[in-house]
Amino acid sequence: MIAQIGAVTMINLRSIPQRWGMSLATIFSIALVVVVLLGFLSMANGFRATIQGSGSDDIAIMLRSGSQAELNSGFGRDTVRLIETAPGIARTADDRPLLSSELYVIVDGRRRASGTDANMPLRGVGAEAANLRDGFTLTAGRMFAEGSNELVVGEGVIREYEGFDLGQTIRLGQNEWTVVGLFSTGGSVFDSEIWADIGVIQNLYQRNNTFQSIRVRLDNAEAIETLRSYVEDEPRLDLDVSNEREYFAQSMGGTQDLIMFVGWPLAVIMAVGAFAGAWNAMYASVDARLREIATLRAIGFAGFPAFVGTMTESVLLALIGGLIGALFTYLVFNGISASTLGGASFTQVVFSFAVTPASIIAGMILALVVGFFGGFVPAIRAANAPLLAVHG
Amino acid sequence: MNDGTLIRKSLFRKKTRAILLILSIMTAFLIFGLLGSFSRVFTGGADSAAADRLVTVNSINFTLSMPYAYYERISAIEGVQSVVHNVWFGGYYQQPTQFIQAFASNIDQYFVVYDELEAREGSLEDTLARRDCVAIGRALADQYDFTLGQRFPLTSNIWQRTDGTFTWEVDVCMIFEAETGPTNYMIIDYEYFNEARSFGRDEIGWMTLRTGNSELNDAVSQRIDTMFANSRAETETTTEAAFNAAFVEQFGNIALIVTLAVGAAFTTILMIVGTTMVMAGNERRRDVAVMKTLGFSAPRIFGHVIGETVLLCLIGGLLGLGLAAGLIFVASEALAGSFPGLAMPTDIVLTSLAIMLAFGVVTGLAPALNAMRLNIVDGLSKD
Repeated sequence: MIAQIGAVTMINLRSIPQRWGMSLATIFSIALVVVVLLGFLSMANGFRATIQGSGSDDIAIMLRSGSQAELNSGFGRDTVRLIETAPGIARTADDRPLLSSELYVIVDGRRRASGTDANMPLRGVGAEAANLRDGFTLTAGRMFAEGSNELVVGEGVIREYEGFDLGQTIRLGQNEWTVVGLFSTGGSVFDSEIWADIGVIQNLYQRNNTFQSIRVRLDNAEAIETLRSYVEDEPRLDLDVSNEREYFAQSMGGTQDLIMFVGWPLAVIMAVGAFAGAWNAMYASVDARLREIATLRAIGFAGFPAFVGTMTESVLLALIGGLIGALFTYLVFNGISASTLGGASFTQVVFSFAVTPASIIAGMILALVVGFFGGFVPAIRAANAPLLAVHG
Repeated sequence: MNDGTLIRKSLFRKKTRAILLILSIMTAFLIFGLLGSFSRVFTGGADSAAADRLVTVNSINFTLSMPYAYYERISAIEGVQSVVHNVWFGGYYQQPTQFIQAFASNIDQYFVVYDELEAREGSLEDTLARRDCVAIGRALADQYDFTLGQRFPLTSNIWQRTDGTFTWEVDVCMIFEAETGPTNYMIIDYEYFNEARSFGRDEIGWMTLRTGNSELNDAVSQRIDTMFANSRAETETTTEAAFNAAFVEQFGNIALIVTLAVGAAFTTILMIVGTTMVMAGNERRRDVAVMKTLGFSAPRIFGHVIGETVLLCLIGGLLGLGLAAGLIFVASEALAGSFPGLAMPTDIVLTSLAIMLAFGVVTGLAPALNAMRLNIVDGLSKD
């Protein structure tokens, strides 16, 4: 039986070139299905990687109660003072709390690719801001000087937007700013931001003594409960305390879900089309060899090897198609930089397409499913080749 | 037996094959119909924009405000026929997840600048009579079952009132509909909003204005932006269409993504249908030769083969498009909040029909030429 299966399968595979047109069409249609699926998945995965890389369990972010997003939040200096003495917050060697009270305004940046304006966050930060972002490094230049119109710019901004290169002067409204440094946080959301001194931002944008968020480094991840009960028990405070990592996951998760919701159904509909194509191609393959299969049956071959032969051909075509699609997506899409308007921040989040092993596996499974079902009915037809009719 | 019957018979000569081809054509047009309709919701703003409507925003970014006094100064500019000023309210109903798109505006001017809006229940007069009256778009009213005369708490996630709360009590005094464009938003009176808020008072977010003649757009834009140059809040004035297009662009190049996905789907069926039809043609050499012997002219045979692929593409395409239209119809109500005005646009239907015909001709061309040129002797001889 094994020998028969082997023989029939080889006959099948060797005959592929005789029907190269339809075989190629099958391979390419399955490859395109995989490209579309992996294209969307790599977009979603890349965005997710950026969000997951943002925020830390050791950092608490505080916003005005019910505001849900930094942009909607607002409170005064007195709130910041009360937090500075709160329990559970890590302190520097000279006993200052590791805390940064921040405020951002949205400014226009010009997208390199399209030349159109897009929302960029210009964040006013305190002196400890860099110590409150894991993996923060200055990659060029220096930090802004307190009280000056100087900016430091995230590497994602440089990649996607023009006009923010080191040393450049930028005019925002009536104010001129100079880029004095570039920073990286290793691909997190902060890489899409522009930072300046909080005092200068408050002053220039008429937000005197108001803040949107306070970030603090906690003694440890559990200390957030200590901080939270302090905030709840203090009647002068009206803040929501969140774990920073969860804050990003919640406020930005929608975009990634949306990409998935578009990508999967699209790929599945295309897979149905490719399935019909594969079935058709395998039908043609069986039809073309019906006489040959019947002859094999007549000289004692069983029906099963004919079934396996056709199935193997179909699955192999799908496998080749899937591999071509995955390879193409990897070479073309992986690492491409993109930028979209991210959920709650209402500003651009720069991310890189990521073709992950899990998504490649998902793509290959989809391809094999198409190949399997596409070959199934034709394979049954091959197994039941009507001996008499063919030779009649 | 007329030509139509011949075409139909030969198309369904192998039933399974025809059905599979129809299925695969169907999927491509289903994708085209769905993606086309959804992406139109994003890009539709540019289409429904009036040609003479301009938007004035803070030049740093449209989220930043400008003084209320700008409204009066702009109203006086030559070429400005009507102006409405707006503030983004950041509204929700009962729970923060029940988002409401609300603008605080001078309501009387809103309906002048957006003259495509029409009061269906209540009237503008009623709405202007009391300051806590609001005008609500039909789609939004349906979403939360707001009815005329209903009083409800409109809460802001941004604006705090001087009394420490975030909620404005409002009465539904008008429900409006639009000939074109979305109605998933509401308008609250600026004065009512402004006097109670604890910060940002006497500031406005952006203005929308009409010039009455799109040829004046450039001149009016320049006059406005020059007037506020070197002031605390410089302005940037563009057409509403350009403003909407730039905003959509912020989400990424949706048009490119849609084009690529639709392109992939169409390439797939072009290959599948094309190769299958060539093969089907080869199978039928003998039939064609017989028909030629019987006196069918070469052009007529050419027509038969093309007719067959066109019929195939029309059946598959119309089924796919019909399915897309059905799904869009069912989804439009459920998704009214996130995708207002979701519907299948006429031009997508027309484009689809054109693509179906083009596909039919392109995929049928090679087998049709083969059949037309077939020599009777070759066709009847064994290969």
